[in-house]
Amino acid sequence: MLTQFTPLSALLGGAFLGFAALLLLIGNGKIAGISGITSKAINPKHAKSWHWSFVLGLIVGPLLLPLSRFELPQNFDSSWLAIIVGGFLVGLGSVIGSGCTSGHGVCGIGRFSKRSIIATITFMFTAVVVVFLRQHFAISL
Amino acid sequence: MPTVIAFIAGLLFSFGLVISQMVNPSKVINFLNITGTWDPSLAFVMLGAIAVFASGFFVLKPNKPLFNSEFDLPSKTNIDKPLIIGAVLFGLGWGITGICPGPALANISGLSPKIWGFICMMLVGMTIANKVKQHK
Repeated sequence: MLTQFTPLSALLGGAFLGFAALLLLIGNGKIAGISGITSKAINPKHAKSWHWSFVLGLIVGPLLLPLSRFELPQNFDSSWLAIIVGGFLVGLGSVIGSGCTSGHGVCGIGRFSKRSIIATITFMFTAVVVVFLRQHFAISL
Repeated sequence: MPTVIAFIAGLLFSFGLVISQMVNPSKVINFLNITGTWDPSLAFVMLGAIAVFASGFFVLKPNKPLFNSEFDLPSKTNIDKPLIIGAVLFGLGWGITGICPGPALANISGLSPKIWGFICMMLVGMTIANKVKQHK
């Protein structure tokens, strides 16, 4: 599906993400990495109440925004096979690689962490290659 | 108090994902599609987020957090195999679907079965990776 370039809402939304991550850091001393928080929440050895309250906030947040202006997508282009394979790889890879778009891409780069910069370049490059191959060789999944 | 702070941070994070439309996988796929229908929005999302977080991190940084005894920051600094292998696996999944963990969770209330399926498989992947990590 085609989408419009929306630089202003992207910057504004990005600022919210950065502010949320900053609040968690200054308030609790924690990094707002969604994969790290979620994977610890479901791990009995590491689960703490703040992991679950963060996840809860993330889930209920969209319900508090005016629906007329901000709505969640209803149709997803991905096939069920792509969803199953992709979901599994996202979960597996983010925990093995110690982070995802939020932990590495925002907080890590924001701290000028070498590991996070390398990780972000690696997953972005990989994802670009995947999309390129699927576009040009009509690989369906 | 840390539980309340985390809840508010989660809320604000979801607002950011909805406002920036990163909850829409098509926006992500089009960002990654640099030789086709390229939509650079995601770069601006990261720019906004990193600018706010980095300026706060380097300017405000107090000696200790407000509601905790110390900062809990990643201690590793070396580039190791798990970092690269994990990032490649994550990039494969992200490139196939355009969905990553934050947007997946923020989409739950949209009640789309595919998002729920994605999250179930993501949790399976995370559980397996947790087990692998614990054995090392």
